[in-house]
Amino acid sequence: MTNTDHIEKQILLRAPRARVWRALTDAAEFGRWFQVVLETGFAVGKRTTGKITVPGYEHVTFEATVERMDHERLFSFRWHPYAVEPGVDYSKEPTTLVEFRLEDQRGGTLLTVVESGFDRIPVQRRALAFRMNSGGWDAQAENIRRHVES
Amino acid sequence: MSRAKAFASPQARRAAPLFAALGDETRLLLVARLSANGPESITALSEGSDVTRQAVTKHLGVLARAGLARGQSRGRERIWQLEPGRLSEAREYLDQISRQWDVALDRLRTFLENEPR
Repeated sequence: MTNTDHIEKQILLRAPRARVWRALTDAAEFGRWFQVVLETGFAVGKRTTGKITVPGYEHVTFEATVERMDHERLFSFRWHPYAVEPGVDYSKEPTTLVEFRLEDQRGGTLLTVVESGFDRIPVQRRALAFRMNSGGWDAQAENIRRHVES
Repeated sequence: MSRAKAFASPQARRAAPLFAALGDETRLLLVARLSANGPESITALSEGSDVTRQAVTKHLGVLARAGLARGQSRGRERIWQLEPGRLSEAREYLDQISRQWDVALDRLRTFLENEPR
């Protein structure tokens, strides 16, 4: 509950490890599910850029620098998280590390995604997410209302 | 939306001190400790750590001003506890990114099911 530095996700995918690896590291395949059109392929130490195609986020540029590609085991890159604001230069700011870990599991492949380094992200960037999420604030307003009315 | 507007928003103005208060190792440890153990006195909180009572008091003051913790007098001691509502706001940023990963991984699963080869 108090860890503000990383996010971890796990999903069991009903596909062999080689298939999942291709969906993650082949630029065209990655683009299909991540909803991005990449201009170049992924390569260790290289920057890959592209255009996000998620409705409402078409102004966003995808930009990642690959750290590791351990065949069918680990794929990782660095990027700027939630870099959605138009006209903001994120390039001088700290990045987060996204790691995709692949393991064999009965019935398919266990994929673990860890994004870490959020504690180094500037305070105002993290605060921005609040503005983007009015739902959370409606709930908060309701909490305050209940608090003052009780 | 412009950067200036983002800063001018009441939400960002309200949230920034919250993250500033959490952006310190000792204060994060205090939050973790209060979260795990429930309300505790300053004496208990400074026991078994390198941090002095004075420093703990100072850090708790910062957390209190950010609305993250509150102290109540009990006899001669002050007992500190977390304000859980405020802490959940700090989680909101990660929750939002977390939800985006959920959506992305769900699309990956669908993609692999539709194109198994």
